[in-house]
Order: sequence, then C-alpha cells, then structure tokens
Amino acid sequence: MTALMQELESKALGLGVPLNAHLDVTYRCNERCTHCYLDHDDHGEMALAEIKNLLDQLADAGVLFLTLSGGEILMRMDFFDILKHARQRQFCVRLKTNGFMIREKEADALRNLGVQEVRISIYSHRAEIHDGITKLPGSLKRSLAAIRLLKSRGVNVMIGNVLMVQNVSDYAGVKALAKDLGVEVTIDPTITPRMDGDRSLLQLGIRDAQLADVFRDSELVGNVDEFCALPGAVDDSALDMVPCSAGHTYCYISPYGDVYPCVQFPLPCGNVRKDTFLNIWRNSTQMNEVRSIRARDLPTCSSCAHVGSCTRCPGLAYMEGNMRGPSSLDCEKSFARTRIPSANMISKAQLSCGQDRTGNTLLPAQSFSSLIQITIH
Amino acid sequence: MKACYIAKHPMVASRELGGEMIIMSAVNSTLFTLNDVASLIWKSADGMTPLSEIVECRVCAEFDVDPSIAFADAEALVRELVEHGLLIAADHPLQELSPAERNL
Repeated sequence: MTALMQELESKALGLGVPLNAHLDVTYRCNERCTHCYLDHDDHGEMALAEIKNLLDQLADAGVLFLTLSGGEILMRMDFFDILKHARQRQFCVRLKTNGFMIREKEADALRNLGVQEVRISIYSHRAEIHDGITKLPGSLKRSLAAIRLLKSRGVNVMIGNVLMVQNVSDYAGVKALAKDLGVEVTIDPTITPRMDGDRSLLQLGIRDAQLADVFRDSELVGNVDEFCALPGAVDDSALDMVPCSAGHTYCYISPYGDVYPCVQFPLPCGNVRKDTFLNIWRNSTQMNEVRSIRARDLPTCSSCAHVGSCTRCPGLAYMEGNMRGPSSLDCEKSFARTRIPSANMISKAQLSCGQDRTGNTLLPAQSFSSLIQITIH
Repeated sequence: MKACYIAKHPMVASRELGGEMIIMSAVNSTLFTLNDVASLIWKSADGMTPLSEIVECRVCAEFDVDPSIAFADAEALVRELVEHGLLIAADHPLQELSPAERNL
C-alpha cells in the first residue's frame, strides 16, 4: 500500500467513512469451483433499480473503491447497466470475474467504462488442473482469451491464483503464464468455510510443510528472511491496533442486500431493502461491536507472540465460533512462517496432552501441524 | 481572454473525503488529492461552465482571493490536471464525457 493510500485509509478511519465496498451482484455462476464458499441459487437478487439506489447511497456515504464480484458478474444480463451507473457515480471500480463470458464486445465496454482493474481467477497453467477445479471444460482457454482481449485494449488485468491441494505445485507455472501475458498475479493460500458455516472446504487448503515451502519462496514473498522473521516484541501500539479494515473502512453487501463487515465475515448487520446503508453502517449494533474490538481485547491472541504480525482474520475467527477468538488458519500461517506456535496452538496442544494451562511441557513443534489439522477439519 | 471549458476525464474516479478530493486514474492507477480550492474547481468541471465563471462565481464567492490571482492559479491547476489525464479542457463547451454515455 502506498503512503498516500495509507493516509487516505487512516483519514477514512478517523472520519468513519467506508472508503471500500465489495458488492456481489449475484451468486449465480457458470463455474462450480471445488473451493467456492457460495450457494449458487438465486434467492432473490436485488433488481437493477435497487442496485442503482444502493450505489447512490454508497457514493453519498463516501465509498470510492468499489469491487463488483459474485458469483460470476456477467451472469447478470444487466451487469453493464450496473457498471455504467457505478462509473457515473465516479466509483473506482474493480471487477472479479472468471472471464469466461468476456468477448470483444464486453472487453470494449470494460475499456470504455474506465474500470480500474479486472481480476480473473486462474488456478493453473494446465487446463486439466484449472478446468478440474472450475468443473467447466474449456474454462482456462476462455479465461486466458479474455485476459488477452482486455490487455490488448489497455485494461489493467490481474490474475488471482488461489492455492489449494489440487494446484499447489502449479503457481510457478501461473506466474510464468502471467509474465507472458504481461499481467500481475496475486497468489493466496486462503480457503474459507462456506457462508452457511460448513467447514468441509478447508480440507482443500494447503497446510504444514507445503505452506511453509510457499512462504519460503522468494519469488512469491520477496525477502524470505523478512517475511519469515520471528515475531518482534509486543508493545501497546500493537495491542491498540484495529485488527483489519472490516467494518472500519470496508464493508460487504450480498446480492440480497445484506450488509456485512467483510466478504469473509458473515455477521449480518442489516439489509438495505429494509434500512438505509448509512444507518446500517453507522448504527448497526453488530458493526459497532466489530469496530470496538482491539487486539488487547482478544482473550487468546493478546497474549500471543504473533499478535503484532499475525494476519488474523476476525471473520475467519467468527466462523470458527468467536469474533474475539483466534483464527486457526492464520495461526497456521504464522507458524508456517516462523515455526513459532501461536498461543492458540499451544493452548490446544496442552489441552490435547491432558495438561493444564500452566504445564511446562509442550509438544514438539512438528506435532502442531497434525494437531491443527485435526482441530480444523 | 480565451474561453476554457473543463470536464472530468472518463477514465477517472473521484470522491470527496473530509473536504479533500481524491482522484484515481484508471489509466495508470495513480492516486491524486486536491485541496479545498482545487476540489471546488474539480466539482464544477461539468464541461459547460467556463473556467472564468467557475472562478468568479464559485471560487471567489467561497474564498477570500483576488480574482485575477485566482484565475491564474486555476489555469495552472487545469494545465496540470490535463497533463495528468484527469481533466479535459477545450475552448468550446464539452459534454461531460461520462463513460456511461460512451457507445458500448
């Protein structure tokens, strides 16, 4: 994040302005990705007029960065009407799509509408792996064709590569592919539970040695020593930190108008069909509860060595049962980076060994990974 | 004095945050911020109102500034924003080039 962007985020935080919003315009999709956390049936999506009204409210509330996603955004026949309205209201629009339905006409339209970024999911450079994940034959070929069409028109394209057990060995190939295409790539090893709470998808996530290997690939993380550095001393500033932007300068709105602190934080805060966005943003009890939490308020994490450097996601913690609790997936990441177990891992290991919390004997570090797998699955 | 009309470039996004205008260019993902006077000119850039009228009726009405100095400063600002691809300027009225009004 640039210094100017940090300054803007900080200013928005101080003013209570939702600088960023993520709107899923549909959950319908033409792909059936193995790791997807959504239910693809339409349970009553907002109509175009409702979405336009919502966009007006978001603009008035101060949202600048708007992510339009799904599902597959182009499953909506009126998607370009939504996008046109968003651009008329001067949003900086980022799109997430699989690109399957982007042909010349759509690529022209995306160029003409001044979209800031189009992020297209590519899981592998090999069709059998990519198409095996999307369950849509020919999807890699079509997604790559879309990237080329957009690039040829000067649209800023980013490849999003989710790492999981099926494709963990392919990220280097995806990076090479991105280089050939002249686009950037982001690689993310995070698999989230389904929005209905089903955690079975987590078994698709990479763990343990594979995650540690990824975190030690300088091609991905840059300076490995820095990325995998031991956690530093914890001071008051770390404990007073806002855990993340969810509910502070960022929010998520579902195709049904439900407002959440984040796309990964399924805590319902209100619905724009029943209330104004700004009233939900400012006055929702749930949103204000999320906002009130600081690292020092987290019973387990506040005493953890990683508290100052952890990527703890409060939404994943919420899905694990407690928004003030640890996010075990992020504990795993901290452990994979540093080989230092988190307070949560130590606590679970002690319980697993039948020790009380003051016991001095800990499991050897190698044992934590298997323990965590059992805990998470 | 030569007439000057200004409109926002269709490839930009903008929002006011605490009295400051934030502008993002989709062409190169560059972020800009404008102070309060420049923000007022930006908000007035509808392609139809001459810059001289913007300065006289809006800037000078709201800020205690000499009109000739304000106009010179506004011209310099417009030149800079045009160079960065954020504004379009012409000697004739411009229909504001909203991207939504472009042909798809």
